[in-house]
Amino acid sequence: MSPSNLWREIPQRYRLEAAFCPKCLTTYFPPRELCTECGSRELEKKKLPTRGKLVTYTVIHTPPKGFELYAPYIVGLIKLEDGTHLTAQITDADPDKLDLDVDVEAVIRKVKENGRDGPIYYGYKFRPILNANGAPERKC
Amino acid sequence: MRKVAVIGVGMIKVDHHWKESIRSLFTKAAINALEDAGNPDIDALYVGNMSAGQFNKQENLAPMLADALGLESKPSLRVEEGCSSGSAALYMALKDVASGMHDFVLVGGVEKMMDTATNDATFIISTVTDQEYEAFTGLSLAGINAMVMRLYMNKFGVKRESFAKFVVQMHENASKNPYAQFPFKISLDKALNSAPVAEPIHLMDCAPIGDGAAALVICPAEKAKDFTSDQVDIIGAWKASDTFLFHMRKDFLSMKATIEASRNAYEMANITPEDVDVAEVHDSFSIAGILAIEDLGFARKGEGWIAVEEGLISPDGETPVNPSGGLKARGHPIGATGIYQAAEIVLQLRGDAGKRQVPDARIGITHNTSGFGTSAIVHVFKAE
Repeated sequence: MSPSNLWREIPQRYRLEAAFCPKCLTTYFPPRELCTECGSRELEKKKLPTRGKLVTYTVIHTPPKGFELYAPYIVGLIKLEDGTHLTAQITDADPDKLDLDVDVEAVIRKVKENGRDGPIYYGYKFRPILNANGAPERKC
Repeated sequence: MRKVAVIGVGMIKVDHHWKESIRSLFTKAAINALEDAGNPDIDALYVGNMSAGQFNKQENLAPMLADALGLESKPSLRVEEGCSSGSAALYMALKDVASGMHDFVLVGGVEKMMDTATNDATFIISTVTDQEYEAFTGLSLAGINAMVMRLYMNKFGVKRESFAKFVVQMHENASKNPYAQFPFKISLDKALNSAPVAEPIHLMDCAPIGDGAAALVICPAEKAKDFTSDQVDIIGAWKASDTFLFHMRKDFLSMKATIEASRNAYEMANITPEDVDVAEVHDSFSIAGILAIEDLGFARKGEGWIAVEEGLISPDGETPVNPSGGLKARGHPIGATGIYQAAEIVLQLRGDAGKRQVPDARIGITHNTSGFGTSAIVHVFKAE
């Protein structure tokens, strides 16, 4: 990965910017150039909500190259409050206490390093929203 | 379109082939197929390969392998479609012969994976997923399958034991296959209790990495009689795709590409799932095997694991699945896998599958996917 490839994804990685089709009301994350639902080519920029719930998740023990230092870590499929789905690491969570449907919120975290001299990658991760007892919220 | 037949198959045992290069591995499989076919003059070569560039730092593969076979003056092409590169090569070769452009075509697949370390291989395999929005998060291909498995277990009330039973069946099948990487049986306990890879997926839920090559010779059906009395025709083929990002799917518990590819291939072949006598399906992970059983129409959604438990997919069951041992135990040398599947089905339909022969097989299918169902290719074969 290169600095230019890091740089061009910043709106998505730091601000959760998506594309929105005003004609058929579909949201795309990451953004697209055309709406694959209705064919419209006039999509707008949309900022995604930062809260949602965990649809499913995995705990990665055998990581791809570049993630060895972080294993085991959790990656989840998240459904945001507006119905948009995305894939993200789940941070600040105990895998044994995690469950489907827990409420999560976005945070900015370091994702990985790129060798000794390369840029450090940052981006969204999600963490469980805890209730007053320190347990993950689950308001279905 | 002309009807197309397979007149020769060749396979190399999937293994750690420390002494073989990608070139020698492929050439040996191709020679086996040519000899099985009775050495016809070859008009064109297709090679399925996912990533020689990353695994072996070797691109420009087709002319290299054509040269090794003395086919350097013939048209040769490499076909890449991730984990389904082998079937993609067959799909293109089939259209080549069906169109009338070439008569005798050699189509093979090869992947030489064992020269790389496991974390490198895991990364290379993860390049079939979206680099910026899946792999970037540290998600592996096993991880996507694991997220689906957790959801499946939760929705249908299935335990890991049921997936382990599929793994035990694959090993039992592979124990009779001389081409299998793992030709031995394992206990349910061993299938269940291995190191976690991407929970709930453990090591024994995963297809291994390995070196392998396989090849077929295909030709117009009307010319096949001159070369073989055990002609097998390819009577249906389709390729379908789905959203590239897994999180964009409308249904997380099916592979739409498999449903679409099989529906169209069955229609072309004028068959229904009930007509299939033997199937080689893409069980890169145990959950992928269960989903394939459902999405190909052999069991209802959420009941693929029941088909396994009730023996419906065992070699003497209603629809034997993966008599070779599947990706799980025969092995999954990625770009070669689709050709191994086709070679297995041809042997089964010819009645040449030895100890692993399933009874009365007339119609067989192969199912080869890429990524988590980003694409699927189904071929239908019939004994003449």
